[in-house]
Amino acid sequence: MKPSVPAFLRKGRTRKGSDKPHEKAIGFLLLLCALVSVGTTISIILVLVNDGIFNFVGEKAFFQQVSLKQFLFDSKWLPDSPEPRFGIWPLVNGTFMVSGIACMIGVPLGLCSAVYLSEYAGPAERSVLKPVLELLAGVPTVVYGYFGLVFVTPYVLKPLFETLLGFEVDTFNVASGGIVVGIMVTPMVASMSEDVLRSVPRSLRDASYALGGTQFDVSMRVVVPAALSGILASVLLAFARAIGETMAVTIACGTFRRIGVNPFESMQTMTGFIVDASFGEDDAQGIVVKSAFAVALSLFLITLTINVISQMILRRYREVYE
Amino acid sequence: MSSESISNVPPSVKGVDRDKDMSSHPINVESKGVNFWYGDNQVLFDVSLQVPERSVTAFIGPSGCGKSTFLRCLNRMNDLIEGTRITGELQIEGQDINAKDVDVVLLRKHVGMVFQKSTPFPKSIFDNVAYGPRIAGQRNRAYLADLVESCLRQAALWDEVKDRLQDSAMALSGGQQQRLCIARTLATKPKIILMDEPASALDPASTSRIEDLIGELCNEYTIIIVTHNMQQASRVSHQTAFFFEGKLIELARTTQIFTNPKQKQTEDYITGRFG
Amino acid sequence: MRRRLLLSSSFRLICRVAVYSAILVLVTLLSVVLWLAMERLTLQFFQRGFSLIPDRAGIKAGIWGSFWLISLTAIFSLPVGIGAAVYLEEYASDTRLTRLIKVNLSNLAGVPSIVYGMLGLTVFVRMFGMFGRGIQLNLLSGWLVVPLPFGKSVIAGALTMSLLILPVVIITTQEALRAVPGTIRTASLALGATRWQTIWSQILPASLPGITTGAILAISRAIGETAPLIMVGAVTYCRICPGGIESVQTLLTDPQRVLAAPFDKYTAMPISIYGWITSGPPFMSVAAAGIVVLLFVLTCFNGIAVYIRQRARNKLKW
Repeated sequence: MKPSVPAFLRKGRTRKGSDKPHEKAIGFLLLLCALVSVGTTISIILVLVNDGIFNFVGEKAFFQQVSLKQFLFDSKWLPDSPEPRFGIWPLVNGTFMVSGIACMIGVPLGLCSAVYLSEYAGPAERSVLKPVLELLAGVPTVVYGYFGLVFVTPYVLKPLFETLLGFEVDTFNVASGGIVVGIMVTPMVASMSEDVLRSVPRSLRDASYALGGTQFDVSMRVVVPAALSGILASVLLAFARAIGETMAVTIACGTFRRIGVNPFESMQTMTGFIVDASFGEDDAQGIVVKSAFAVALSLFLITLTINVISQMILRRYREVYE
Repeated sequence: MSSESISNVPPSVKGVDRDKDMSSHPINVESKGVNFWYGDNQVLFDVSLQVPERSVTAFIGPSGCGKSTFLRCLNRMNDLIEGTRITGELQIEGQDINAKDVDVVLLRKHVGMVFQKSTPFPKSIFDNVAYGPRIAGQRNRAYLADLVESCLRQAALWDEVKDRLQDSAMALSGGQQQRLCIARTLATKPKIILMDEPASALDPASTSRIEDLIGELCNEYTIIIVTHNMQQASRVSHQTAFFFEGKLIELARTTQIFTNPKQKQTEDYITGRFG
Repeated sequence: MRRRLLLSSSFRLICRVAVYSAILVLVTLLSVVLWLAMERLTLQFFQRGFSLIPDRAGIKAGIWGSFWLISLTAIFSLPVGIGAAVYLEEYASDTRLTRLIKVNLSNLAGVPSIVYGMLGLTVFVRMFGMFGRGIQLNLLSGWLVVPLPFGKSVIAGALTMSLLILPVVIITTQEALRAVPGTIRTASLALGATRWQTIWSQILPASLPGITTGAILAISRAIGETAPLIMVGAVTYCRICPGGIESVQTLLTDPQRVLAAPFDKYTAMPISIYGWITSGPPFMSVAAAGIVVLLFVLTCFNGIAVYIRQRARNKLKW
């Protein structure tokens, strides 16, 4: 037998794989790709701060021209009038009205669908229903806005509330926006809740049946309460999504800025204003555009907070069950 | 030494002559005082052994005794786990494999491994076997075709698959997949083949085919096999190493260790007192 | 006991109604849209661009604009997204940086799309106002003219959309990579492959169906997005097809126009639809026609994704 000289003595130490230069270069390139996402967040913050709070380039940011006190406590939002007013409340009012109605519709619908899909539906039914729900989620928001304007208001809201009950329903109103956004978030609530319900261990269900429970007992008295924090997290996420929704509310809700609770009136939301402000507005340095950035900053902070809370709840829920 | 009778050693598989004198064979694998840690947990204590060229060595011992861990040290697969640490000398063909200038990629071509659960790639049978040479840079189609055929023959799989080399490897049976994995390992032209419980997931017929295969391969390759099946160890190996709680308790010729073990712990394990 | 059973079955009925009413809504929506669009869906609709007269309105500019926008978005977002996912799944160890990236990703996925629009406006369209009135870079000896800042051009829109769908691409690719069993990696490394060889030869091919499905779904999301595009200046009332390319023939035979197209003004299908909706009642049926085209394109994309997913599921049983 000829004595073999092992070929594995070469330059290049490694622990996890060959240390050839191009391997390292590839790893570095991929790291850069991953850092793009971090860069995006930093850019978002920079951009919003730049035009909202503290400008870097020599223009004047929004809060360098308007006091925070006025922003938070004034009751009217009229940045484009000759006597501008900058109270954010009308816009916040509109946003929360829409999101509130959306959740009132989307959460029960989504939850019940989730319960049905995870506890009652057979595999054949589920294989039809789940794709349909996904389709609902895939419809673009402009289409929902159109649907709200062209169908929900004249053929659902007006006959029901105006003719029958005597309320006055504007052409552009918060209710129709809220309803279509509610439909939009239903699939989201449904799929998240279904995941959450599914991760409740079988043993809990079996124990409940063994004690003589009906299906209602098992789902509503045992499984749902066990999954409650997870469901709460999905509701919060849906709320955040509704807050950030733009096109459907811009189309269906109108541009009137007011503080009020009548869902049949027209109310502009924060997102609606941002679209309104940038439409055709070419003066990037004008106060109107800057006010849009201030609104966007508030929007970003609100949705970020809700998302973070929701994720914290979800993480705690997962720790319990997995 | 006890007065209890130890079960008769079963006959060896064809090709393995357990009484063959290995002293003329150079030592292929040698470990001196190897210690190994997973994080803060030490799992191998001062393991020293020698494996002669073209022999079959079996590692036996109860679960968790460190035999698979030690096996994985030999081709540095433990490097893939974070927080592992090794001290002591581990030599393959006289070279320390943990030295700074060792290319692990080439080491793994030289020391092949067959796993407990067969893991064919989701590609064709041909591409599975050709994978090793291809990533080493081999492009010549004729050469690859010849190599694939020779490896499949050595793995006793050629006759069953020669007409369907382009079919997916996932369609093979469990025993066939494991032989395919062996052929795949052979394609990198290793000198040493490590087997980690290669037949434990297979039915008895496939198991005996794998054992026959070991008997054929040991004429060309050095084989180290980890097994929890003592009958299997006694059938296929020239020498056997008994591990217990991270220490090498006894290393001896197979015929001797199963009839007349020197250590009490070895005897207890073999007679089934534990493990 | 009977009352409990009654409660149970009526509850079941309620849930059933909930699910099926969602379906009812979908069906209603589609029917309404189709009904309103009927009269407008003629061949001329596809051949005409913008017009102030409803009868002469068409979606051609919208289709071409969307084509350029989505192509560029795919080119930017898919490699970066897949690369990031490969890094996070195959290379990254559990360090603070890795955890930061992962948390950041889930937060980004929840940011409203209009905020991305503001990002695009400042970073790509205006570039923070760094270039004053704007300069022009002449590259490739005049063949490629790049305006800085990008202004209200296709490329600004595409970059914005890429950032928008990047988290989706990364997350779906991560899931596809995770579905590949670890034993494949181990076996490949044991045969003497390097980490990148293992990724390129084994893991990426094995996870390709999942990655493709995720990519297609992310792209279809981008097709329907409107708000960020409004912010970065997609023109609502627009007749222009980017680069002046109005037929497939021009696309294939005129490279100079192809190079100019990304820097041109543009519109997109959802933007055209929005423009029609805000133009008042006479345009409502035109908007409906636009919606039908948009939904058709989306259905095709999603159909391809579903098909790929089904075929992969049948072929690869781990």
